[in-house]
Amino acid sequence: MAEQPTASERFIQGILPENPVYRQVLGLCPTLAVTNGMKPAMTMAGAVLFVLVCSNIITSLIRGLLKPHLRIIVFTLTIATFVTIADRFLAAFMYDMSKALGPYIPLIIVNCIIICRCEVCASKQGVFTAASDAVGQSLGYALALSSIAIVREVLGTGMIFGYRVLPEAWPDWSIMILPPGAFLTLGLLMGTVNWFSERK
Amino acid sequence: MNYIVDILLIAISAALVNNFVLYYFVGICPFIGVSRRVDMAFGMGCAVTFVISIAAILSWSITVFVLAPGALVTKWAAGFFVSAQEAAQIDLTILCYLVYIFAIASAVQFVEMYVRKFFPPLYKSFGVFLPLITTNCAILFACLTIMSKVVGVDNPADAWDLGRSLTLAVFGGVGFTIAIVIMAGIREELDLCDIPKPFKGPAITMIVAGILAMAFMGFTGVDSGLKNALTPPAQEDVQK
Repeated sequence: MAEQPTASERFIQGILPENPVYRQVLGLCPTLAVTNGMKPAMTMAGAVLFVLVCSNIITSLIRGLLKPHLRIIVFTLTIATFVTIADRFLAAFMYDMSKALGPYIPLIIVNCIIICRCEVCASKQGVFTAASDAVGQSLGYALALSSIAIVREVLGTGMIFGYRVLPEAWPDWSIMILPPGAFLTLGLLMGTVNWFSERK
Repeated sequence: MNYIVDILLIAISAALVNNFVLYYFVGICPFIGVSRRVDMAFGMGCAVTFVISIAAILSWSITVFVLAPGALVTKWAAGFFVSAQEAAQIDLTILCYLVYIFAIASAVQFVEMYVRKFFPPLYKSFGVFLPLITTNCAILFACLTIMSKVVGVDNPADAWDLGRSLTLAVFGGVGFTIAIVIMAGIREELDLCDIPKPFKGPAITMIVAGILAMAFMGFTGVDSGLKNALTPPAQEDVQK
């Protein structure tokens, strides 16, 4: 078996070298859907952080009991439990945000990032490594989400977090907060990230 | 008559106006991953449509008979432990995510085994995609939409029946197939183009998808226009 990376390596890798969105191209559904503003994007990143950390820890604790052919369903059910908790929490304390995010919170269950981290890291390594991997990946995910959301919100409405940054005269590019803007922004940002990482 | 109009509107809105991939962004992973060749894309689309219909039937039945407040099976089972009045109020909808994902995963497993045993040619053409479908957001998304139409409505008469739910699922799958096949057609041509190196792969696919989504925005309003055209004027006056 190949040498497994340590906790700190896992943490660093998640943020940029193996960024879930730009490098691994995983979990794109919520990435595209919630980035029409910074607020929903950050709420989503928080929910993913909670679910990913909890399910990575649980998976890591039960990794000795997993049977190969049943492991995916065990991962999915673990994730579904924590997503239910996160969803109820949002509905109780941030009702408007929960309404705005709608079905995309439950769709975290089938987000490939979380299943992928359970499979790649948590089912093979100890609790501490798994937790630091989860935090690293979630930070990378939050970074990717906020980069897309900033571009879309500023160009689409001239505001960040609801505060105006561009002058009133800015003609809002409403296409940027509509679905096509999500695809275009992500495509262009992905190309830019590739371009920068190749130049080094 | 009204029912047929309803079904037609659900179908058009699911397949074109609110396309699963290009409007709701669900099912992006296979949309990017399996859209290299048209025949593979079509196989994936058919597999998704197939599984999504089965999942819709399952989730509709589970919601109506088990999860919803006062559902038949739950009422009967709980009747052994608590009084009938309390049993009628039991609301299990909080468990819906767990139950749906479990239902989808087991349905996919069974479908895979069944198809492999009884339809080997079919298995060869789309069997490889079946395990991937469990983690396809489009399926869970369809189940959740159906649940919100069954449980979340204020007026019990507005709750969707099996026909409407199945229409949403099948035409959602058709919409997915349309989108992924168009995408695969474009990507086959893209292979011949001279794309700047950093944009090769997922990046250019995203930009193409953005332009496709813009094209699909042209369908906006088709459903409400159709509704006005199809609803008999007399009924409209009553509604007003």
